Amino acid sequence: MAEIQELERIASQVRRDIVRQVHAVQSGHPGGSLGCTEFFVALYFDILKHQPKPFSMDGEKEDLFFLSNGHISPVLYSTLSRSGYFDVSELKTFRKLNTRLQGHPTTHEGLEGIRIASGSLGQGMSVAIGAALTKKLKGDNRWVFSLHGDGELQEGQIWEAAMYAAANKVDNLICTIDANGQQIDGSTDDVLSMGSIAQKFTAFGWEVMSIADGNNMQAVADGLNKAKDLTGKGKPVCIVMHTEMGYGVDFMQGTHEWHGIAPSDEQLANALNQLEETLTDY
Amino acid sequence: MKKYTNQGSKDTRSGFGAGLTELGKTNPNVVALCADLTGSLKMGDFKKNNPDRFFQVGIAEANMMGIAAGLTIGGKIPFTGTFANFSTGRVYDQIRQSIAYSGKNVKICASHAGLTLGEDGATHQILEDIGLMKMLPGMTVINPCDYNQTKAATMAIADYDGPVYLRFGRPKVANFTPEDQTFEIGKALMLQEGTDVTIVATGHLVWKALEAAEILAEKGIQAEVINIHTIKPLDGNAILKSVAKTGCVVSAEEHQMYGGLGESISGLLAQNDPHPQEFVAVNDSFGESGTPDQLMEKYGLSTANIITAAQKAISRK
Repeated sequence: MAEIQELERIASQVRRDIVRQVHAVQSGHPGGSLGCTEFFVALYFDILKHQPKPFSMDGEKEDLFFLSNGHISPVLYSTLSRSGYFDVSELKTFRKLNTRLQGHPTTHEGLEGIRIASGSLGQGMSVAIGAALTKKLKGDNRWVFSLHGDGELQEGQIWEAAMYAAANKVDNLICTIDANGQQIDGSTDDVLSMGSIAQKFTAFGWEVMSIADGNNMQAVADGLNKAKDLTGKGKPVCIVMHTEMGYGVDFMQGTHEWHGIAPSDEQLANALNQLEETLTDY
Repeated sequence: MKKYTNQGSKDTRSGFGAGLTELGKTNPNVVALCADLTGSLKMGDFKKNNPDRFFQVGIAEANMMGIAAGLTIGGKIPFTGTFANFSTGRVYDQIRQSIAYSGKNVKICASHAGLTLGEDGATHQILEDIGLMKMLPGMTVINPCDYNQTKAATMAIADYDGPVYLRFGRPKVANFTPEDQTFEIGKALMLQEGTDVTIVATGHLVWKALEAAEILAEKGIQAEVINIHTIKPLDGNAILKSVAKTGCVVSAEEHQMYGGLGESISGLLAQNDPHPQEFVAVNDSFGESGTPDQLMEKYGLSTANIITAAQKAISRK
């Protein structure tokens, strides 16, 4: 297991990468990206068995990860590049013409580390189930992980997928819900209250656990390891991970206002002052 | 004039089922998914022979398309099965993002297309599916004409790497193409040579086009009949060569005029070699309940409609 302090140092750099990417092109989604940074760093630098180079679309004998809420692409791109899928200098091209780092992730430009396009919400759980079924068919005992926004759970396809995974005992699947309580138009409770996410997945037949502080690296790493222990017992596993949108940059924290807004030059400087450059900026 | 013999009418969906059953024996990577229509899609034998490779997803087509996309990661070749309406319009965004844009090797197999679904009526009679699917970049669109060709197409698309929309239907129709045919994706088939008018037909309309050509011949009109089983990519050279010879064209399909094969041909001619074209297609209308034959007549997709269209096209030369 990686040292927690080392993971935290990587997370600081990933947060710098997130705000710098979004600032450079004055577009993108910093809030959800910052809130999920601990999750991505723990996953790619500690939990996943994966091979960044050469990248294999099929990912046999590897753990697979699918990002369903594709708009938090800045954290995915930073994490992929910092873990060796492609050169960090390519982060400069985020959302610019001819880039492989499209606004929302895609396989279309051949970016290493991406196995499905996402952005239109609600589709990633079905895709993760399909990949998990192929692993079962092939006797490949590695895991399939996915991440979903809490607002994304308002899409009906999620519940089609949730019903299927439980009914068919897809128990090599770990789906994490980023429960930050925010979506574009406001709090999830105000936009369309969903009641208890945990109770819903439990009622659908999933093994449900929570990570109470999804911005605490130790808690996230421990939670993901615990989730792995819960697999293989006839049920898919759901982690309800409580995070704070915009975590790590004080003026972006805990509000939906920074869902899809880019910082100004001054705001960028302010943000970077709060985030230590632990690896080298791209 | 070449004669084609109906070897005994069969439904094209059974051709799909037979092809899938063969694939179950010959290609271990082929897997199948169905949204509660196993009997209608004739997928029962595949399911029985390969229970581990068959996924019953229930009445949840969006989830089926996503699972199919995921199954390709690791090398499986998923065939999804449901009605054409639920294979396209209902799940357009799932196909667009998770399959087409993601370049996934999924075969979307769609039965009960068009008016010949019959009595269930317009809710189920999709006439827009070819248009929806051909607009997606990278999507191959195939609409075979009879049982034998549907079986051959089903087997051929397993060997092609990329997303495919395979469209077929419910009613028993003439089965006249060779049982042992090799199906070549994207290749037009010349069924009948002629000099006066080109009839380009797809799906159930191909047999009607041959019937029309026979009656036209009695009237002294030599019609050339081309079977377009692959609407995208379109075999433009075959069509242009024929129309250059005959000087006019009739397109015939069980689909809306807007977005169908006829529109693809119009685009091809406009860009290369404009000639008069008549459309045998549904004219911006939903269908309704009725028998397949009644509906094909009411909505202008009969043999007589092809004959009239051919005469009109010739008169416009």
